[in-house]
Amino acid sequence: MQVLQVLVSGIAQGCIYGLIALGFVLIYKATETVSFAQGELMMLGAFLGLALMTALGFPFWLSVLSAIAAMGAFGILLERIVIRPILGQPAFSIVMLTIGIGYVARGAITMIPNVGTDTHTLPVPYRNQLLEFGGVVFAIEQLAVIGVTAALCVVLYLMFGYSKLGIAMQAASQNQLAAYYMGIPVKRLNSLVWGMAAAVAAVAGLLLAPITFIHANMGFIGLKAFPAAVVGGFGSLPGAIVGGLIIGVVESMSGFFLPEGFKDVAAYVVVLVMLMIKPNGLFGERLSKKV
Amino acid sequence: MRFIFKTRYDQDIDLAGDAGQRFWYSMLGLALILAPWSLPEYWLAQVTFILIYGIVGLGLMLLAGFTGLFSLGHAAFLGVGAYTQTVLAAMGWPFPLSLAVAAGLSAAVGAVVGLPALRVKGIYLGIATLAFGFIVEEVLARWESVTGGNAGKTVPTIDIFGWKADTAVSFYFVCLVCAVLCTIVVLNLLRSPTGRAFVAIRDSEISAQSMGIHLARYKTLSFMISAALAGVGGALYAHQIRFLSPDQFGIVHSIDLLLMVVIGGLGSIHGAFLGAAFLITMPQLIALGKDLLPPAIGQSVGLQSVVYGVVLIAFVLFEPRGLYGRWLKLRTWFQLFPFYRKGLFKRQKTFQKSDRLR
Repeated sequence: MQVLQVLVSGIAQGCIYGLIALGFVLIYKATETVSFAQGELMMLGAFLGLALMTALGFPFWLSVLSAIAAMGAFGILLERIVIRPILGQPAFSIVMLTIGIGYVARGAITMIPNVGTDTHTLPVPYRNQLLEFGGVVFAIEQLAVIGVTAALCVVLYLMFGYSKLGIAMQAASQNQLAAYYMGIPVKRLNSLVWGMAAAVAAVAGLLLAPITFIHANMGFIGLKAFPAAVVGGFGSLPGAIVGGLIIGVVESMSGFFLPEGFKDVAAYVVVLVMLMIKPNGLFGERLSKKV
Repeated sequence: MRFIFKTRYDQDIDLAGDAGQRFWYSMLGLALILAPWSLPEYWLAQVTFILIYGIVGLGLMLLAGFTGLFSLGHAAFLGVGAYTQTVLAAMGWPFPLSLAVAAGLSAAVGAVVGLPALRVKGIYLGIATLAFGFIVEEVLARWESVTGGNAGKTVPTIDIFGWKADTAVSFYFVCLVCAVLCTIVVLNLLRSPTGRAFVAIRDSEISAQSMGIHLARYKTLSFMISAALAGVGGALYAHQIRFLSPDQFGIVHSIDLLLMVVIGGLGSIHGAFLGAAFLITMPQLIALGKDLLPPAIGQSVGLQSVVYGVVLIAFVLFEPRGLYGRWLKLRTWFQLFPFYRKGLFKRQKTFQKSDRLR
């Protein structure tokens, strides 16, 4: 029974990784660049939710919705101000740029007096409630993570596969210039993708907050979402979630069975093995360039 | 306006281009030799740090700036070098020998990390090195019998066959000699066929391959040389900092190193040292500027990372060639006076096409 318990918490943790990885994949799929600021966007989303709930006293559902919407707007703004000027530059520039954004976000939160350096708990209504099911105890917080992740994944998958917007995004990701010639507003799409990624990050932050705590360095969890994205294949939305689940389960299992210390590196060992045997991930497309 | 007349082909590959450059480089050398007697002790330590980080920066520059492979785990190589040096020095090995072993071991580790580089590129490689960096940090923390674990390890003084570099001045000269040697090695490497192959790989893997460059061999070689330089830097770093703990070699340090080469200017040897100077002097400048700011901002912990982030963003947006690029523009302006045009260094936009298409 204890193993099952560990498994469920691993799945919940994996869903968080998957949600953050979803943000990477969204941006990668649409613009073929990688954002290292995703973890920090998640942290900002969690802090925003906290501020709305405690300082402004919004009810739970309203503050969640407005935090997600505000983060979406913030993502669009971010793209407009700093990402767009270097559109068409090597991917490395954008990586460095997002690292810079991460630095600024972390520093800016720490600079808020009395709030930034502390850890906080998010007052969600389903906090500390347990659900017993066939002898296994589930925390509602973890079930919420799993449920929301599944729903979000389905919505995004349908959007990319069937809606006009999603198909336009795929076209823009494959060849920006050709997509532009076909009348796709590439720049506007990029803004939208960044907004969506930031909104997904905010969802991840709000879901993670009841499980751990809210603090300025919680964004470092984003570094564990990279392995998730790679294991799943960087360009695949369901892959991100599956990769996240694999990383989460492997991590909690190695924490349970293996000696101390293996839990922290399990994710990275998995990703290194994955890169050696199947560099494109489980669901990734084949990488090769025609000359 | 200045004209350079080239009368021999050798002039194209000379290390110092013309009489003016030779004059200024010898001036720089003289200033560095006289530094211990003209600088206060604190600033001498800072210059020592700049030299050490310059060596590490040379390695990362070779990898990221000249071969086009970027590493998010370079602090791990630094850590391997530092711990090897510490362990060997504690066993009483003479400094040159232990330095060579530290560099060699780092290079061996670099070759191992280079292996995924043969199959993956771009962001995948970044993540492979990131993962590797985390694993090394954890190994350093857990392998307590050798590294002392999280409790840390003190570093003995440098012993070169009986001569001890136990003062700040003597250690400064050890670092200076190492830095100069490493710079000359890298400069010579870059004008050799190997260095040209690195640059070719950076510019286009496909065309490099079709020109007969063995991608796997040169990428691994680049990783090894880069790791070896980081190992040398790590060994000196250990002696300078005197106390090692695993958390010094984590992801934050790796990103600092990357930030250093980007701000210094990717693809230039000067950039490695300019970036190192930036990385070392920036905290001091922030400390100086703190008092001018209102206390709510000036005294807060996050100030430094905000400044770093803003500077990094500003460089990527406005000066992608880094500090060295800025200097290059300034120099060209003077050399071409009054004919400098605004668009001379304009970036070409390359609308990227997907690598994912079949």
